[in-house]
Amino acid sequence: MPSGVLAWLAENRSAVETAASQHLALSLTALAAAILISLPLALLLVRWQRLAGTTIAAVNVLRTIPSLALLVVTLPLLGTGFLPAVVALTLYGLPAILINAYTALSEVDPDVIEAGRGQGMTDRQVMRRIKIPLGLPVVFAGIRTAAVQVVSAATLAAFIGGGGLGELIAAGMGTFNMPQLVVGGLAVAALAVATELGFALLEWSVRRRIMERAA
Amino acid sequence: MSWVLENYDMLGVALVEHLVLVATALAISLAIALPLGIWTARRPALYVATMLATGVLYTIPALALFALLIPLMGLGKTPAITALVLYSLLILVRNVAIGIREIPGELIEAADGMGYGPWRRLLRIELPLALPVIVAGVRITAVTQISVATVAAYINAGGLGDIIFQGITQDFTTKIVVGALLTSLLAIAADESLKGVERRLRAATSERI
Repeated sequence: MPSGVLAWLAENRSAVETAASQHLALSLTALAAAILISLPLALLLVRWQRLAGTTIAAVNVLRTIPSLALLVVTLPLLGTGFLPAVVALTLYGLPAILINAYTALSEVDPDVIEAGRGQGMTDRQVMRRIKIPLGLPVVFAGIRTAAVQVVSAATLAAFIGGGGLGELIAAGMGTFNMPQLVVGGLAVAALAVATELGFALLEWSVRRRIMERAA
Repeated sequence: MSWVLENYDMLGVALVEHLVLVATALAISLAIALPLGIWTARRPALYVATMLATGVLYTIPALALFALLIPLMGLGKTPAITALVLYSLLILVRNVAIGIREIPGELIEAADGMGYGPWRRLLRIELPLALPVIVAGVRITAVTQISVATVAAYINAGGLGDIIFQGITQDFTTKIVVGALLTSLLAIAADESLKGVERRLRAATSERI
């Protein structure tokens, strides 16, 4: 069995590389889009508290929807391919970032804000110099959660013709090719674990830099 | 819409299959996570080791885990339930351990002072007080398992995902949409109802303390 896996990998290296780069392209595009939508939206919600309640409730429902369901409903709307997969993955990654960013920005210690205002800071300065830097670690934690979720759900993009490493698994299932299934499974697992570790490291360095600056 | 009315029996069977899959996995998960959580609650090194191991399992995407289980277990309900159980461990063990650890020390001391043995203390004090946190873990786990069970249809485990995959292979949009809608509704219903249970338990527990 292990030798079969290695032999298959040696013969199909380029296919694995193509699938992996598709997987990364899908995940990175979706994650970037989710960040670009969530962060400004979080700033907006902090300013307009009246919108916040309903938006957060709606996003919480979105968060509950199974990844496969979210991906396949784009089929009738947008057809197959890269774009519908990116749209679905963006929606899937959005809740974790938005909720963390909103919580981080709205739950800063009121004493610290009061101290800033005492020094004559305007609303904008309070946001820029106090709320954003203090909230950054929590915002980052949300991005990490979303990144792992998106990389994970991108595996299912294969079912709607979006490509990625899930395609190796789907093809392996089709022909019941065990080495291919194992390579696909291991590649996806490794990518997800690496994403988690990479972002954890990034989060840790952001946290440390903020601590240093505070000290 | 007429398709739904004509095929309600098929949809009902898929829904029941889905529920049985998740209920079985949830029961096995609790049978493993409760003792593991109780055991590691006040042993920090063991707790960290358990979190690392179950954390890696939790990170592996569902389809990848299925692909890796097929050579060992073949297709069907066994690898599906195994994967669902492996996913649940991180959150369930963590919540059991946190629930027990967060009980105020005076209460534990009071129980010891009243001559409670470790088993009686566990059953009468620790588990009842930890229950809201444990139920919170069950809620997250149930929602995750409902989601992962959808993908399990791909390895012939049945359930609502089957409707979705049939829709994809037959290029039949209604099936895809109905399947996606039903799994989403099931996940939302599980989340909301367990949230209600959690809220009631929290209120009852804070009254007792």
